Amino acid sequence: MDALVNKRIKEVLKGDREAFAEIVELYQDVLYRVCYRMLGNKYEAEEIAQEAFVRAFINIHTFDPNRKFSTWLYRIGTNLCIDRIRKKKPDYYLDAEVAGTEGLNMYSQIASTEELPEQELLKMEMQDRVQYEVSRLPDKYRTVIVLKYMEDLPLQEISEILEMPLGTVKTRIHRGREALRKQLSHM
Amino acid sequence: MNKCPNHIFYYMHEYLDGEISFEHTRELKAHLASCTSCQNHLEQLTNAETFVQSASQLVAPKNFVEGVTARLPKEKSKVGMKRWFHQHPMLSAAALFIILMSASLFSSFSEDEQFSFTKQPNLVVEGENVIVPEGEKVTGDIVVKNGNLQIKGEVDGDVTVINGTQYLASTANVTGEIEEINQVFDWLWYKIKAGVKDVTMFFDSEHSK
Repeated sequence: MDALVNKRIKEVLKGDREAFAEIVELYQDVLYRVCYRMLGNKYEAEEIAQEAFVRAFINIHTFDPNRKFSTWLYRIGTNLCIDRIRKKKPDYYLDAEVAGTEGLNMYSQIASTEELPEQELLKMEMQDRVQYEVSRLPDKYRTVIVLKYMEDLPLQEISEILEMPLGTVKTRIHRGREALRKQLSHM
Repeated sequence: MNKCPNHIFYYMHEYLDGEISFEHTRELKAHLASCTSCQNHLEQLTNAETFVQSASQLVAPKNFVEGVTARLPKEKSKVGMKRWFHQHPMLSAAALFIILMSASLFSSFSEDEQFSFTKQPNLVVEGENVIVPEGEKVTGDIVVKNGNLQIKGEVDGDVTVINGTQYLASTANVTGEIEEINQVFDWLWYKIKAGVKDVTMFFDSEHSK
């Protein structure tokens, strides 16, 4: 796969957009998933994941072919997600219902640092509950938890994606696990 | 939270990371055996792990790729051309062939503006007029370029006039075909026919060998 991707990248470097479409095809699910887990909203996830691919295309000449392309792509994607979360720009999609939930829209997502009433939680489908709990994590823990548990990435790769020392990644995972444990302790 | 030493919790995480040393495992096990609160804690951590891991594998929405390509900056048209040529090698070769061929033919049509004709013994030439005199018989084909042809006698063969007119007197007698070429396309057609004739002749001569 890496050999194929590097071949496509060479074509993209010559300005070939169709070769890039093939790369998008290969990585769209992975990147969309991470963005969705980070942002908790499918419209935003799609927008940010697409933006990440556009940035990858524009900056493709800065990619070092001796490295893993997915790592580079994850880095662009997670950085954009973190930017989006920090800007906390709830300027649109406020009314959009969160996938598979009844009555849980973006208004409830904004206030998600506050706990939902027990009754609401019980009504939730399992998958929505997972997403809800992940989105309640502080974003520095959320990123590592998403990459480790939802994307199943090794710690070393997470440290490369986030450009932070392995020790920091470990600490964040430990704290993220503790935070999740606390959130779930009364389940 | 409780009075258990902090390093026990650290060992739990080492254990969950799959990076715990032999000594730490032994110490952790010993502690867990005597502390239900820590047993609970570790179980909750493991449950939290399983919980997030249970998230379903989502796929990107339909038309995701199209959405990305629509947002990309425009590519250089040069690349598009190049790709087209790569994808249609036969068509590209044919197109190139036609371009080169027609170019050479057109140029030869317009450049060949000199008066010329097939040399036959009994032809009379007056300026740019070639005359087959009355009562004379020419054996073989006659081709006149950029000049006129008047036939008063007999021609035993084909007559072709390029960029000129041919005139047949009442006494004229031509056994072969008479052709007058004044248009570029006629010229092309003539060239092609000549080419085909050459090829067939070549094959015929091969056969007769």
